Amino acid sequence: MNGATQSRPIFQLDRALNTFGAWVLAVLWLLPLAYAVWTAFHPGEYETRFDLFAPLTLDNFADAWSQAPFARYFLNTVMLVTGIVAAQFFLCTLAAYAFARFTFPGKGILFSLVLVQLLVMPDILIVENYQTMRKLGLIDTIMAIGLPYVASGFGIFLLRQTFMTVPKELDEAARVEGCSFLGVLWRVYIPLAKPTYLAYGLVSVSAHWNNYVWPLIITNSVETRPLTVGLSIFAVTDSGIQWSIINAATLMTSGPLLIAFLLFQRQFVQSFMRAGIK
Amino acid sequence: MTNSARLQWVYAWLLLSPALVLLVTFTHYPAIKSIIASFYSTARGKRQSVYIGLDNYHTLVADPVFWKVLSNNFWYAVWTIPLSIALSLIMALWVNEKLRGLAFLRMAYFTPTVLPLIAVANIWLFFYTPGFGLIDQIRGLFDLPEQNWMGSPNTALYTMIAVAIWKEAGFFMIFYLAALQTIPPSLRDAAAIEGASKVYFFRRVVFPLLMPTTLFVSINAVINSFRLVDHIFVMTEGGPNNASSLLLFYIYETAFKYWDTAYAATLTTVLLMILTVLAIGQFFFLDKRVHYK
Repeated sequence: MNGATQSRPIFQLDRALNTFGAWVLAVLWLLPLAYAVWTAFHPGEYETRFDLFAPLTLDNFADAWSQAPFARYFLNTVMLVTGIVAAQFFLCTLAAYAFARFTFPGKGILFSLVLVQLLVMPDILIVENYQTMRKLGLIDTIMAIGLPYVASGFGIFLLRQTFMTVPKELDEAARVEGCSFLGVLWRVYIPLAKPTYLAYGLVSVSAHWNNYVWPLIITNSVETRPLTVGLSIFAVTDSGIQWSIINAATLMTSGPLLIAFLLFQRQFVQSFMRAGIK
Repeated sequence: MTNSARLQWVYAWLLLSPALVLLVTFTHYPAIKSIIASFYSTARGKRQSVYIGLDNYHTLVADPVFWKVLSNNFWYAVWTIPLSIALSLIMALWVNEKLRGLAFLRMAYFTPTVLPLIAVANIWLFFYTPGFGLIDQIRGLFDLPEQNWMGSPNTALYTMIAVAIWKEAGFFMIFYLAALQTIPPSLRDAAAIEGASKVYFFRRVVFPLLMPTTLFVSINAVINSFRLVDHIFVMTEGGPNNASSLLLFYIYETAFKYWDTAYAATLTTVLLMILTVLAIGQFFFLDKRVHYK
């Protein structure tokens, strides 16, 4: 009792200091975004002048939108990301199911081959993958941007870990009921792995929405370029475009992801916890 | 019985084959192909690619840009890995403490993760702009002189490092946060009854329990220190005089600017070797300290 009353003020001071530190870091972390929002919504002459009563405007967004084919870039990115995530879910689910619940020769070796990709990502194999795409005649297609990422080692690993936690009794019960191999997967495993799919899906969407180097290499036309590449071409700094317009374009390209995250941030963190990524 | 076992094999292989075909085509094949291609010359025009033994490696050893880029990448890793992990752990501890404004804090820390690196590079570019960039404006308030952060060979690499840490820490925080929330509150209560200080509790209980997460996060941080190069494209293009160039950026330049694919394959081989050695080393170094449940 005595100890508790003694430590009370110290505890409060400690908490206050922690709160202060946490807020300072948070403000620092948000500064780049806050600055981008400031310039994007104000006329160009307020880029470096911080006047609380500066007039608000949406002109920068309109200018950016009209100066580059952002609508097309958006469409490309949406097609790319949905294609990748759908294909990843499909392929990784099948592979993870095989690793989690089947016994077959070569299982260990094959699984370590999958794990290799956690280390050696397609991101660093740009030289040879470009040659492969050329042989396949896929240069400058949206498919070529996504294809190297579809069989994701991370996805297979994650889903396998989740599938392994499904009680064998459920599996057997479903089989007794007359479910086939795929029926069990569909009715038992996939529903139980929903948090994993959500967490993995979110990570994958943001990774591929934001991917830059490989799309830059493999695309060379408006019809295939995703937003990131489109933005980098638009925002070449010595092209004389105003900062406020570049920042408006920057916000536009990251906007949908940012809004989605702000809406779902609680679920996002929770799905990570339930998915057991740790 | 054997029949059903054989049926299992067939099913397993059918389930695996689509993923394995793509995995081998775009990960294992190009990795091995890079190693093979590093022993051949680049085909140019009518001249075919021929076997040249270790010539590419001789070029590599004599290439000052390679050594510059390698040492840059070393410093990039040395700064970004520990700093982003330490910051992410502090962030996670703060968010887990349920301090005032929890939702805001979590949002602020995590937001950089969702933003495209290439897009935020534009914003950071402006921060660093000499004279009227935000950093110089703040320095101006204290009568400090203008400084060309990205244009000076001494600071260019550090501007990249700052962006990388800012971008990564929030992502790693999520993993620590997820792990922290699985630590039973009874442990903290027990420690409080025993009169253990917060620091002691963290050092002896929380930190060891977080070891598997630290292993996972640090492997990711190592890979990222070789993979995160997007911002270089926008901010410095590796300059001035390769002061801020990294290995992967140099590979990109060699392959897609100078079209010397054989030399790019040689550089890729070096990168593959570095990653392998680091992964093995990390595994053995950290694995001993990891306490699995």
